[in-house]
Amino acid sequence: MKEIKVGLGTCGISAGGEAVYNEIKQEVESLHLDVEVKETGCMGMCYDEVLVEVVDDAKKYLYAHVDAEKARTIVREHLIEKKPVKDWIVKSNDVIIEDNFLEKQERIVLRNCGVIDPTSIEEYIERNGYDGIQRTLGNYLPLDVIDIMIKSGMRGRGGGGFLTGLKWKFAYEAQGDKKYIICNADEGDPGAFMDRSVLEGDPHAVLEGMMIAAYAIGADEAYIYCRAEYPLAIKRLKLAIQQCHDRGFLGKNIFGTSMNLEIKIKEGAGAFVCGEETALIASIEGKRGVPRIRPPFPAHKGLWGKPTNINNVETFANIPWIILNGHEAYASLGTEKSKGTKVFALAGKIAKSGLAEVPMGMTINEVVFDIGGGIKDGREFKAVQMGGPSGGCIPASMGDLKIDYDEITKTGAIMGSGGMIVLDETTCMVDLAKFFLDFTQNESCGKCTFCRIGTKRMLEILERITMGEGKIEDIDLLEDLAGKIKSSSLCGLGQTAPNPVLTTLKYFRKEYEAHIIDKICPAHNCAALLTYLINENNCTGCTVCAKKCPVDAISGGKKEVHFIDQEACINCGQCYDVCNFNAVVKA
Amino acid sequence: MEVAEKKEVNAFKKDLIAKRNQQGSLIPLLQSAQDSYGYIPEKAIHYISEIVNIPPSDIYGVITFYAQFRLQPLGDNVIRICEGTACHVNGAKSILSVLQEELNISVDETTDDGKFTLQSVACLGCCSLAPVIMINEETHGNLTAKSLRKIIKQYKRNNKGEAKQ
Repeated sequence: MKEIKVGLGTCGISAGGEAVYNEIKQEVESLHLDVEVKETGCMGMCYDEVLVEVVDDAKKYLYAHVDAEKARTIVREHLIEKKPVKDWIVKSNDVIIEDNFLEKQERIVLRNCGVIDPTSIEEYIERNGYDGIQRTLGNYLPLDVIDIMIKSGMRGRGGGGFLTGLKWKFAYEAQGDKKYIICNADEGDPGAFMDRSVLEGDPHAVLEGMMIAAYAIGADEAYIYCRAEYPLAIKRLKLAIQQCHDRGFLGKNIFGTSMNLEIKIKEGAGAFVCGEETALIASIEGKRGVPRIRPPFPAHKGLWGKPTNINNVETFANIPWIILNGHEAYASLGTEKSKGTKVFALAGKIAKSGLAEVPMGMTINEVVFDIGGGIKDGREFKAVQMGGPSGGCIPASMGDLKIDYDEITKTGAIMGSGGMIVLDETTCMVDLAKFFLDFTQNESCGKCTFCRIGTKRMLEILERITMGEGKIEDIDLLEDLAGKIKSSSLCGLGQTAPNPVLTTLKYFRKEYEAHIIDKICPAHNCAALLTYLINENNCTGCTVCAKKCPVDAISGGKKEVHFIDQEACINCGQCYDVCNFNAVVKA
Repeated sequence: MEVAEKKEVNAFKKDLIAKRNQQGSLIPLLQSAQDSYGYIPEKAIHYISEIVNIPPSDIYGVITFYAQFRLQPLGDNVIRICEGTACHVNGAKSILSVLQEELNISVDETTDDGKFTLQSVACLGCCSLAPVIMINEETHGNLTAKSLRKIIKQYKRNNKGEAKQ
């Protein structure tokens, strides 16, 4: 049987996937070919979008960077003339292609992403979908399930890294006539898109994980709290829930047993702090998403005051696999204290950005170089930022560090939900710290004084430093404030907000000092500390920069080498942007 | 146009009635109001207040807490600039300054002719295309100052209806 699959996750669509899909569909129909055209989720190789896979029985060919024209060629040459277009293939089990992106990965969470059609429940079922919940309902007592989860050693993938089985146990033991399961799909970290890809590419796996959790703790109602910024994920989840109802997998007496379960979707309204459990619950209840003191933990007093268990998308997607393959298989992957795999969203200055699922214990260098193909444009690897606004920067010199919850925590960063932003020498670490603090300062709910005002003060100091107005005692002040914010904030947002500053101070203190003492930005990034100069050898005297300059600081006639008057220059960088000859340089 | 607008407002009113006795319906109702009107007008706050029995002041507090809600109508074209980490390290700042210069507005403002509204978002989730902006439903990635100017010019030239295509 022949199939053509087009990757239509958000990244695929952004790169023009729908046009490619329509083109192929039209071609196949007009040529009356016996080929099924399907959509699928994110294949993880975002750097190669739009991706199109041709499946010819057992043979598979993955085409990259497809546009409408290439799509027509693929249909003609590959499908009609039976000649695969080798130059555009990035992965295949028929022709040999050099690409390590997928080789070193271990796909549990992403097992179906980019493989099945996420809008088809049949395709999910074909790949052992809903076998996990059926085995659970038929063979295990709730405590057996909890026992399997504890033995698997799986830790929550939302960032905290708490043992999932243990969390379930607390909710199981809690007394209550009504219990809830919540799936946290409020992926708010800027630069992280793992959960989005799973929801878009394999929504049924998340639903199945929630069903198993609901059985384990005794819940009959569940919520998925999803960002409103993920319209496609919400659409596919709604469809998946409807399909489950039609088949009796959700509703009353699911799978013919006495268990009832309803899953509802709640759209978030854009507040990063709602990723925190108690704030998320407040938001579902229709209130401002402000965290409250724990204990009582949600396991005892959660949604509407009832025992509630919250896990994130990636955690739920792992669960059916663990039930079907056993806790031993899961625990055989990873390190002593961090089991299984972790999905990372690789982005930033990396050659191949995308989604990578790797076994715990792999080193940062392996992820960046072997999977991610190293740094873009042949630049130098400077650091990785892990854990988003709550995390920190790990310098390239620590690239041999094993990815493991506890090892990463030791560096001052955190595993977080899985954002991994790769940085090169053009990234200013002070500016990056400022970027994250600007984010957390904006997103602070305002309940705790130190988080509300302290982050604002830290941001002001960082702004001062990047403007070249920093004082040497600012560094001590930053560290002092950071400690106080960490110790006197109620929730994770405040407790971790200073991490980006603390880790950059720990590993890149010299850069702070260069800004403060020498008044230079070593990465040539901070506008106030830059000088724009004309490289006389490259300048052709085209006058484009002189025309663009808003303050008339550039002089020089046609075909003459130009000159920038530093007194008049405001460092806006427009001359740098418009020059076609690399004749404007930053110094 | 008029008729379509009425239909959408009706959808909001239907939601109001349907959600009368539901727990936690405030945020979905606000989302419904915004979908219908394009923003949350004061009268909608009063409608909701009566249905869910929450004072307007508390509703206002909820509206201003969440980034999604707005109390002002939007321009014909909504430009959302991604300020995620990947975009930041790939030059989102200069993309923003080009936008501000081309449109002569700051973030969260609308041009005088009502054609463009500029918004910033924490992350659009297509980090591999950084830096990215979204104009209405369309994503534009791998931007440079030059390519962005070209795109904006296209939208400026197009009429309202065409620009939304």
